Amino acid sequence: MSKLDSKIPEGTLEQKWTKYRSTVPLVNPANKRNLEVLVIGSGLAGASAAASLAEMGYKVKVFCFQDSPRRAHSIAAQGGINAAKNYQNDGDSTYRLFYDTIKGGDYRAREANVHRLAEVSTNIIDQCVAQGVPLAREYGGLLSNRSFGGTQVQRTFYAAGQTGQQLLLGAYSALQRQVGMGAVQLCSRHEMLDVVTIDGVARGIIARNLITGEMEKHFGHAVLLCTGGYGNVFYLSTNAMGSNVTAAWKAHKKGAYFGNPCYTQIHPTCIPVSGDHQSKLTLMSESLRNDGRIWVPKKKDDTRKPTDIPEEERDYYLERRYPAFGNLVPRDVASRAAKERCDAGYGVGNSKMAVYLDFAYNTARYGRTEAAKRNIQNPSQAEIMRLGKEVVKEKYGNLFDMYQQITGENPYETPMRIYPAVHYTMGGLWVDYNLMTTVKGLYALGEANFSDHGANRLGASALMQGLADGYFVIPYTLGVYLSAEVSRMSAEKDKTDSIDKLKTKHPAFDQALKEQTDLINKFLSIKGTKSVESFHKRLGLIMWNKCGMARNKEGLTEAIAQIQALRKEFWSDVRVLGSADEFNPDLEKAGRVADFIELGELMCKDALNREESCGGHFREEHQTEEGEAKRDDVNFAYVAAWEYKGVSEWELNKEELKYENIKIAQRSYK
Amino acid sequence: MGSGHGTELNLTLKVWRQKNSKASGSFETHQLTGISTDMSFLEMFDVLNEKLISEGKEAIAFDHDCREGICGMCSMYINGRPHGPKQGVTTCQLHMRSFKNGDTIVVEPWRSAAFPVIKDLAVDRSAFDRIIASGGYVSVNTGNAQDANNILIPKTDADEAFGAAACIGCGACVAACKNSSAMLFVSAKVSQLALLPQGQVERKERVKKMVAQMDEEGFGNCTNTGACEAECPKGISIENIARMNRELMSANIK
Repeated sequence: MSKLDSKIPEGTLEQKWTKYRSTVPLVNPANKRNLEVLVIGSGLAGASAAASLAEMGYKVKVFCFQDSPRRAHSIAAQGGINAAKNYQNDGDSTYRLFYDTIKGGDYRAREANVHRLAEVSTNIIDQCVAQGVPLAREYGGLLSNRSFGGTQVQRTFYAAGQTGQQLLLGAYSALQRQVGMGAVQLCSRHEMLDVVTIDGVARGIIARNLITGEMEKHFGHAVLLCTGGYGNVFYLSTNAMGSNVTAAWKAHKKGAYFGNPCYTQIHPTCIPVSGDHQSKLTLMSESLRNDGRIWVPKKKDDTRKPTDIPEEERDYYLERRYPAFGNLVPRDVASRAAKERCDAGYGVGNSKMAVYLDFAYNTARYGRTEAAKRNIQNPSQAEIMRLGKEVVKEKYGNLFDMYQQITGENPYETPMRIYPAVHYTMGGLWVDYNLMTTVKGLYALGEANFSDHGANRLGASALMQGLADGYFVIPYTLGVYLSAEVSRMSAEKDKTDSIDKLKTKHPAFDQALKEQTDLINKFLSIKGTKSVESFHKRLGLIMWNKCGMARNKEGLTEAIAQIQALRKEFWSDVRVLGSADEFNPDLEKAGRVADFIELGELMCKDALNREESCGGHFREEHQTEEGEAKRDDVNFAYVAAWEYKGVSEWELNKEELKYENIKIAQRSYK
Repeated sequence: MGSGHGTELNLTLKVWRQKNSKASGSFETHQLTGISTDMSFLEMFDVLNEKLISEGKEAIAFDHDCREGICGMCSMYINGRPHGPKQGVTTCQLHMRSFKNGDTIVVEPWRSAAFPVIKDLAVDRSAFDRIIASGGYVSVNTGNAQDANNILIPKTDADEAFGAAACIGCGACVAACKNSSAMLFVSAKVSQLALLPQGQVERKERVKKMVAQMDEEGFGNCTNTGACEAECPKGISIENIARMNRELMSANIK
């Protein structure tokens, strides 16, 4: 019998959510004023949840490590946000969005959650437009849509290449409105270091004021972790420098199970690493791949300039391997194909770890169309390319500029060099249908939870999920728990040592505060010889080489041993300077890297356990004869939810995935 | 060019060090050798900090996060210009190929009474959050919205609003201004919402409240030098300031 209860409501798939939210217990407005909610993280999930809950009357505190909630990394999302509006009259529906998401996730997501996500997707667009988010429009004044990978309809709403920025600033405005009204207390430049539990129930957090170093106790009737993903375990990723797993990891160590930690998304089109100094990687939007052609030379170690390599000596390997989808295959497939070519010795650039993304073909196509539009007879090749470049500039100008800024090369004249990079983590804290973790009163929203994307996320679905959880799911599901809290508070109102009277004076808070203070002093007292940064880099290399795009039993076993050794070395030889009672970014990073090291071990353990290939998880032992991912639905159609038992010890719990509305099939893009 | 083709630079850095908001600060000089021109400016700082740590000295504190020019957290005043010598980029997007071998580079924090220094190159910009909290929003609770396509917005208006909404809140405009004025930042938000139908109901109250909060935070006034627009990494137009002044005037005439 599984310890996990996903609490999926009864009823048909279409009715579950509507019926559930109409029948869940409510909290009356007077009681809401006495209930405190702590929201950790201020990205799309955190800001939208905090604003919505404050509007409803709850007392809310928001914590973020950045200097302002507006800087959370949702801000960097480029492409767009999906919603089943069917504004294009092209056959979209809630069911289609649901189906595409389940299939895109390689049949490893929970049906009921994904259907709810598809249902509320339309409300998100309405809400954001009402806030004044300037989404792209057509000349008639209606909203515009674009295409994205893994779907055949146009359902992606966008704001140029800055959709995440505009949506986050909308949620941030709503949040700041509540701050201005005194309904939300904002704690920026604060980092959550632990969740405080009493008898297994979350009652608050320990946070460090990053400017003064002061350790603070905060009481809450519920704690919401909206802390994003853990891609920075690989050191190099498209995540922000500060993105970290600490809040989720500390919660894990206090009893929250970690779901599918090995499911990571490697995005195929990023600017490649240029040297050992590299600190982060930059994405080139998926939309570029939809308009360009990817190739490598047919000859190994070809040192000619790409523009000097004739057409017949180029290998358009995606078009060769996947004639039906070509350059439009999903992210996981495109990434593995690039790695295969580079590993075989056909990579380009100095590092040989890159492939070409070439716009010449489509530039010429656009140029010919443009010449025809302008009635230019027999245009010269130079004229065609000039006209084509104008079109490309209008569509992708900001991305081309970014590429030139970073690489010093002009992508209008020579193909871009690209390579896959860590981008998103589908895994995260296990949550039930209410988004509650296995710790009562502790919730996880957005990328921090595991629930909606299975083993591979589709483009433009991360923004949708973050906002769905914050605006339209948690405002309903939190009441299920807090209404019970109201009853408990009433029953305990005469008890002198109740948590409601003691709040942060409860000894559990002092205990947790002491543990975290000791931990900080420990970092400072080691006085070793190696920087925090150097440990992070070494961890990243182990993870990338052995738990990255391709994994096997031998490599994962080695990685676990190497990570354990690295952990020991970290705790005996790390050098953290400065003091605890000041602004000390290096000390902050020490805590984050310590947690990444532990997480890295669990990711390898999970990848080792999952003896199949699915979505972003590719085990070399489990592939078809053509080198494609081979799922094992008989033995692995489950969520792996890991329970922390102590250093390097975890117990595996399984949540079986039942597909009652979709027929499981092998994905094929040939 | 590009991957590994970069040359290497030897540089002298003069960096502002300040223990905390109360201490007085001073410049510290560092020599760096073998800096690849492929590095970003912040990666050069990573190298410097690793060097300092290896010598047992405290790393230089500076703000940074996304390192792709969108979060607005990085904030270095380089050789007398916010975000350095190149137009249209943030500090994190500035690359070392914009410098020459042997250069001396002076790096300071944003200088403004409304942005007190926290430590070294990091400043406190929470004044911007308080200005937004005073009125930089449309008062619409979650769940209140009508269907998104019921509001028709001419593409030109939507594009213009987007242009103003592209502000990343980094504060370069304040740092560039001799008066430490925040008019470009405030006017960008006022403009975005004044240009859209959703912003009309609170149009007058919004501009009055936001300007009052801006003044209370201690930002200076605008004397039309245009330095803010010239240094803004996102190309926010100074026309927004003119629009805000019109908005404020008409709001004050009943």
